[in-house]
Amino acid sequence: MNVTRRQTLAIGLGAAAAAALPFGAMAATEDDIAAFTGGAEVGEGGITLTAPEIAENGNTVPIEVNAPGATAIVVLAAGNPNPGVVTFNFGPLAASQSASTRIRLAGTQDVIAIAKMADGSFVQASQSVKVTIGGCGG
Amino acid sequence: MNGFNGGLLSALALTVGLGGVATAEPDDDSLTINGEIAIVTEAAAPAHLEYVDTVYSGWRFRSDETQAVQMDDFDNPGMLGVELGIEQWSAVDGSEGESCASCHGDVEDMAGVKAVYPKWNEGAGEVRTIEMQINDCRKTRMGAEEWKYNGGEMTNTVALLASVSRGLPVNVAIDGPAQSTWEKGKEIYYTRYGQLELSCANCHEDNYGNMIRADHLSQGQINGFPTYRLKNTKLNTVHDRFRGCIRDTRAHTFSVASPEFIALELYVTSRGNGLSVEGPSVRN
Amino acid sequence: MASGVKPRVKVPKSASAGEVIIIKTLISHKMESGQRKDADGNVIPRSIINRFTAEFNGEMVIDVNLEPAISTNPYFEFEAVVPESGDFTFTWYDDDGDVYTETKSISVG
Repeated sequence: MNVTRRQTLAIGLGAAAAAALPFGAMAATEDDIAAFTGGAEVGEGGITLTAPEIAENGNTVPIEVNAPGATAIVVLAAGNPNPGVVTFNFGPLAASQSASTRIRLAGTQDVIAIAKMADGSFVQASQSVKVTIGGCGG
Repeated sequence: MNGFNGGLLSALALTVGLGGVATAEPDDDSLTINGEIAIVTEAAAPAHLEYVDTVYSGWRFRSDETQAVQMDDFDNPGMLGVELGIEQWSAVDGSEGESCASCHGDVEDMAGVKAVYPKWNEGAGEVRTIEMQINDCRKTRMGAEEWKYNGGEMTNTVALLASVSRGLPVNVAIDGPAQSTWEKGKEIYYTRYGQLELSCANCHEDNYGNMIRADHLSQGQINGFPTYRLKNTKLNTVHDRFRGCIRDTRAHTFSVASPEFIALELYVTSRGNGLSVEGPSVRN
Repeated sequence: MASGVKPRVKVPKSASAGEVIIIKTLISHKMESGQRKDADGNVIPRSIINRFTAEFNGEMVIDVNLEPAISTNPYFEFEAVVPESGDFTFTWYDDDGDVYTETKSISVG
């Protein structure tokens, strides 16, 4: 098989994109975002997502989301088999629109949090989390 | 046998250089549980240690996030096992109509017991782990079935006994009648096993603080067992941990509750004499 | 009822009106993701807590939808305000139809 330099580059780029995020997962994440936002534009700022830069084990990764004035926050893990992680809906007696939990990450990936604000607008934050594997294969 | 040789260890050392995230030493954090139980995570090495000056709890090698989970009993899922252990403590079982509490009273009165196990038992003429002693109680005092050595009921009860000793110094006897068992354990500690030809010491004495792939190697102290691992989200026993380590050297391992692991447990526990009992600890 | 499922909640016993209080909850549950296979290669069916709610005197504090990516023994920490003395009701909904509840009283003075 003859492969030109240009083809090689294209294959390389494709491989790089695939390595970053499988196409199916990307589509599933976009679907989840659209389901939450109804296709509305998503801005930046007004939401913080706290997650470790390096998680010692992907099975139990502590995260915290905080979006003052939000009515709901959805958390997505784009690199998981299913991107949905958790949705927090805040009621009138929530003292803050923040919550912490522990999540599973299938590998190194971006965790995304999107908040629906009281005025119907949306904002998002994301954080890359490196998931390490144990020293001896576990 | 204590040398730093072989291509594999050189490769490990190289990983340290390439990893970029390597921190060569345990961190400087200090551990207080529930804001009241002070835990000694760093101590002068016991006199019998020839190659180590300071001993460190494995807690000091973990990330801030993992460390935090152990600092509050509510956050520590290992305490779920302790809660089940409390229920078992006063549950009557067996033909004699007895529970643990019938003889031992309040479990808080057992503070300090876990700190001195494994321990020589004069009547039996053997070194016993706390699991062996619990099963002896169940069989001879309660007339009950022995628990599986590394099963849930046993591990929850060991976690309970550890929890009431938290903050007290590990202090196992290594001389007198226990000495020959201790020496057998020491020999195992320094013996290379498996296709990778690794001894306990190669990783946990020669290389603690270094990275083994993406993992920060601890001294392999066992003062924090049973340990809740984020990896398998349950309490893990000392012998299962030994088995996992030896398996990872690609060796046939000794069995849970084998004389070899009992001896190794006594020896490895003694390497942490002076650290606090910490179980149920939280690790990755 | 799934075996070994037990809710735990940490709520202060008292607070002043309008004070921000921190609530922690944890329920022992395996949270089987539906992604794992058994020794024979068969998929282990999903079995998770799929919803958690915290209410105070019938009014919502937080209503959480959980996916299989929530870790074993689901843990939540959040903040509430309590206008008067009353009861918190915490409810966990299991895939298998079971519902687990826990109630905690708080006095506001």
